[in-house]
Amino acid sequence: MALTVSMPQLGESVTEGTIARWLKQPGEPVARYESIVEVASDKVNAEIPAPADGTFGEIIAPEGSVISVGQPICTIEQGAAAPVPAAAPVAPVATEPATPAVPAPQAASSAPAAAVNAPQPSPAQPVPFGSPSAQPAQPVPFGSPGTVLPAAASEASPVGTAAHGANGAGVPAGHGHVTPAVRMLLREHGVDVAEVAGSGIGGRVTKKDVLEYVQRRDAAARAAGPAPALAAAAPVAYPAPAPPAPGALPAGAAAFAAASAPSAGLPASAPAPSPTPTPAPTPVPAGDTAFPAQPAVAEEGDQLLPMTSIRRAIADHMVRSRQTSPHAWLMVEVDMSRVVRLRERSRAAFKERYGISLTYLPFVARAVVEALQRRPTFNAQWSDAGLVLKHDIHLGIAVALEENLVVPVLRNADRLSVAGLAQAMTDLGNRARANRLKLDEIQGGTFTLNNTGALGAVMTQAIINQPQAAILTMDAVVKRPVVIDDMIAIRPIMNLGMSFDHRINDGLQAARFLQDVKGQLEGLDESATLL
Amino acid sequence: MVVANRDVRGVTGIEAETLRAMYRHMLRARLLDERIWLLNRQGVVPFWVSGMGQEAIQVGLGMHLRPGVDWVAPYYRDLALSLVLGMTPRDHLLAAFAKAADPNTGGRQMPAHYSSRRLNIVSSGSVVATQLIHATGVALASKIRGEDAVTVTTTGEGATSEGDFHEALNFAAIHHLPVVFVVENNGLAISVPASKQMNTPDVADRAAGYAIPGVVVDGSDPVASYQQCGEAIARARAGQGPTLIDAKVQRLTSHSSDDDQRRYRTEEALETDRRSDCLVTYARRLAELGVLTSRAEAAMRAELVAELDLATAEAEAAADADPATILLHVLGDA
Amino acid sequence: MAVRTYLEAIREGMRDEMRRDDRVMVFGEDVGAKGGVFGVTEGLQREFGEWRVMDSPLAESCIVGVCIGAALNGMRPIAEIQFQDFILPAVDQIVSEAAKVRYRSNDDWHVPVVIRAPFGGGVHGALYHSQSLEAMFCHVPGLRVVVPSNPYDAKGMLVTAIRDPDPVLYFEHKRAYRSVKGEVPDGEYTVPLDRARVARAGEDIVVFTYGLMVDTALHAAERLSVDGFSVEVVDLRSLRPLDRASIVESARRCGKVLIAQEANLAVSVSSEVAAIVAEECFEYLDAPVMRIGGPEVPAMPFAKSLEDAYLVDVDKLEAKLRSLAEY
Repeated sequence: MALTVSMPQLGESVTEGTIARWLKQPGEPVARYESIVEVASDKVNAEIPAPADGTFGEIIAPEGSVISVGQPICTIEQGAAAPVPAAAPVAPVATEPATPAVPAPQAASSAPAAAVNAPQPSPAQPVPFGSPSAQPAQPVPFGSPGTVLPAAASEASPVGTAAHGANGAGVPAGHGHVTPAVRMLLREHGVDVAEVAGSGIGGRVTKKDVLEYVQRRDAAARAAGPAPALAAAAPVAYPAPAPPAPGALPAGAAAFAAASAPSAGLPASAPAPSPTPTPAPTPVPAGDTAFPAQPAVAEEGDQLLPMTSIRRAIADHMVRSRQTSPHAWLMVEVDMSRVVRLRERSRAAFKERYGISLTYLPFVARAVVEALQRRPTFNAQWSDAGLVLKHDIHLGIAVALEENLVVPVLRNADRLSVAGLAQAMTDLGNRARANRLKLDEIQGGTFTLNNTGALGAVMTQAIINQPQAAILTMDAVVKRPVVIDDMIAIRPIMNLGMSFDHRINDGLQAARFLQDVKGQLEGLDESATLL
Repeated sequence: MVVANRDVRGVTGIEAETLRAMYRHMLRARLLDERIWLLNRQGVVPFWVSGMGQEAIQVGLGMHLRPGVDWVAPYYRDLALSLVLGMTPRDHLLAAFAKAADPNTGGRQMPAHYSSRRLNIVSSGSVVATQLIHATGVALASKIRGEDAVTVTTTGEGATSEGDFHEALNFAAIHHLPVVFVVENNGLAISVPASKQMNTPDVADRAAGYAIPGVVVDGSDPVASYQQCGEAIARARAGQGPTLIDAKVQRLTSHSSDDDQRRYRTEEALETDRRSDCLVTYARRLAELGVLTSRAEAAMRAELVAELDLATAEAEAAADADPATILLHVLGDA
Repeated sequence: MAVRTYLEAIREGMRDEMRRDDRVMVFGEDVGAKGGVFGVTEGLQREFGEWRVMDSPLAESCIVGVCIGAALNGMRPIAEIQFQDFILPAVDQIVSEAAKVRYRSNDDWHVPVVIRAPFGGGVHGALYHSQSLEAMFCHVPGLRVVVPSNPYDAKGMLVTAIRDPDPVLYFEHKRAYRSVKGEVPDGEYTVPLDRARVARAGEDIVVFTYGLMVDTALHAAERLSVDGFSVEVVDLRSLRPLDRASIVESARRCGKVLIAQEANLAVSVSSEVAAIVAEECFEYLDAPVMRIGGPEVPAMPFAKSLEDAYLVDVDKLEAKLRSLAEY
């Protein structure tokens, strides 16, 4: 077997050698380590030893030739001894140092940055979805693949050395300059930088400016005022608690209906902020599993309605609520005969005395509050440490508004009689519509009651108002034929539906709860005086 | 002249057994050294720096040391010294091939950077003369603890121009530390001759500046080396402080595998060195003394070559240093 | 608890460790009979004797090299270099030897030495008694570099450094010796060598700094707080390794970063901190990363007017912070 001998590396940084003189000729016997050739290089002249026993084969590199390190110079026909291959030395390992961790950008979506200066092209001037008819300033389009990235975003180049050591003298003025932190916050909160007053150098919008803006905006949104239009597109995590919206609508139905049928009195359950400070909730990814896999694409002929921040907030809460609580739903039918009769008997005097209408709502609210007292797991909140049974009962009452979902909270509702509840709820509703709710009336609810029946619905599956354990809907009181003692009778029937968080309560408890409410309503003392 | 065995001790001051042992150490080192040169010329060992021609002083010195008790801070030509202390040809071949199991450095340093905690051979880097100060520190610790351990440290004569050489001798002298400085003086620092390194004929003359004994010895004569090193070590152990030994040796090879001394030395000088080869002269002397016949020498040689061949094969087949370990041992827990 | 000066805390750290462990020794110029030119080792030779508190020759390479050798042979030496300015002859022993012994011997040997030196200026020390050279050593894997800013850290970190199995460069700001006082616990305690410390919590800007500049930064932060700016001050304490996690956490939270040091600015500790912030906190920055430090001249001159021009004082730091706050 022929063994090939290569030019060895004679000295560091040597790359080639010259064959000076062959010491062996073809056919001659060769012993391992015996010198076979003299080689000259820049640094050293040396005799090269044979790697193995055998017979000298052929000369590949003649005397005088210059051969690169590693190239063949001759062969040896091996004898019995195992050859030592004249392998080149192993090069030192070129290991790369650990690369410093590069943070992943906050939002993975391809949505455009919120740094908008120029107005965006939009077909006609559509009514921005969810906003009042009064036109806001330039709405930012709902991010979609077809949208053009605002040119201004690319101007947001960091100042770099100009600012360094020069006290910010090189900062470009105006809204064009957006630092990474500001950019991140604008994205997270769906804010257009143009809306934010800048207190930094040259009018720069600072991180603090954005945070203060968001605080004010969220407080205003909670108070149910229509927010100015605009939201940036990319949905991400939000550190501030987002207003939850116990939308009383079947999934997919037109909470968007308002845009096309403004008069259709939305069964508005307004967003109330989280009762307890929410730990930063997990970000809703752009591709939420509750939504179809394909993103919506605005094609020619389609109309693109800009999204208000309120709508975004509602949307986020709806998704989050569904993702957080496994929703189960139970319904009972309630014979409202006694309630109807009592109300009929009392309404005129009630109106004269209190100046307000007496509806079925306070009766149901009273029954609910009593049931909550007896069944505290429905006045409770899920936590990793355990189930928190809230001591106080703060009842959220959904209020129907034209363009918003508001759930003002009636604090310590268990302390009020039917009459007291009626007054308090009417007052809350009025002030909700007038945007005059106090801070503790828009947060802190422990249970929510939604009077979807006022709109004529007979069966409703609501979405839980996080972080509560359940939401109860009272649908319309409708006269129906029922069977009593094997005879047909007509009775006013109201459906009571409850969506409940199945982590906290099972069907058994939910059924008992509803039976409790039903029992109170059906067993009402008609002779009671409400005044 | 053949001297009868019973007179060997009278003539040399050393037992025949010891004389033979010293030759064996020298031969073992020489064979290993030559082998690694060959492997380098074959291209399988990237770099080698040799100790050929300096075996005698190293063996004469090493014979007095208690491995793991006494201390050694060597330099890169101390192949023979390391073998006397207990390292093996396999250890050094693993280093030459830069294998993971190399006990000196795990393939992290070039070969000839001798190191073994087990044997108290202090790790050295490639900067010359720094180990001389380390040796004084080691000796200081021994003295503070009242131990009778001795530290020896070696270097070439070129390094005696470094500041660290002077700072080391100075400090050791001030406190009479138990350390012996052995300069293996081959007259060349790569290509720079000793005459350009110092204004004195001998390195030993430098000792006067520190008021310590400076001793010139024929470093190619293992007997003389054995005697002088023995005295210096005894002085150190007795608390009489350091000695500077100037051992004259020959550098039979170029400075390293990257150097070719034929480019700056005359053929006459090289021939003179070859004729002074300590292996050759010592073998002849032992033959004259009747301590080692040529047949016994050949048998010794064959046995050592067999050990060497086995070690070469094992080392070459061993695993390379693992890239996954490159970040380890910058700092440690203990 | 007792109130100690920075210098006393350092002395106590050495003394307590020398009492606890008779392998610990001190070696340097004037450390013995004189007790050190600043008095740091005063009384130690009297207590522990000449062989454990040892006056060295005037030879810095020797000081460090001997300590390396002694450490290899089982001691726990503390080398004292009289001024950090004079550490340069020992750089070969520190960088070529001490830093590399463990790595080059594949974990067979290690060097448990502490090398102490006073650094920094403002004491009319001029060019060769005022330098801040710590950045040089921060470049070298195999070394630890620490700078305590207060007596509590000074003692706790020195104890940890003495017990550490690898070389620790322990730099003391000479102007802090007698001017900085603080409470130090009576009993045994340690402070880790690789952690920064939040000296003052804040939200709007974070100042990363070390040494005597920590005190300066705290004063400047106080001035800014009057105007509603919340400034966090982080005492780096460990320059090698830098406490990356703390740096990143504070920088991300505050969004505005200033790195302050007495040392020359170019290629310094501040450069490395700035790089870390740029690499790991880019998305969270609300302003460019800013630095303030010594000008590009070789240390501070002797004349007070020139020295003051060199040093970063509260006024300069405050001005820089304000410009960052207003950005």
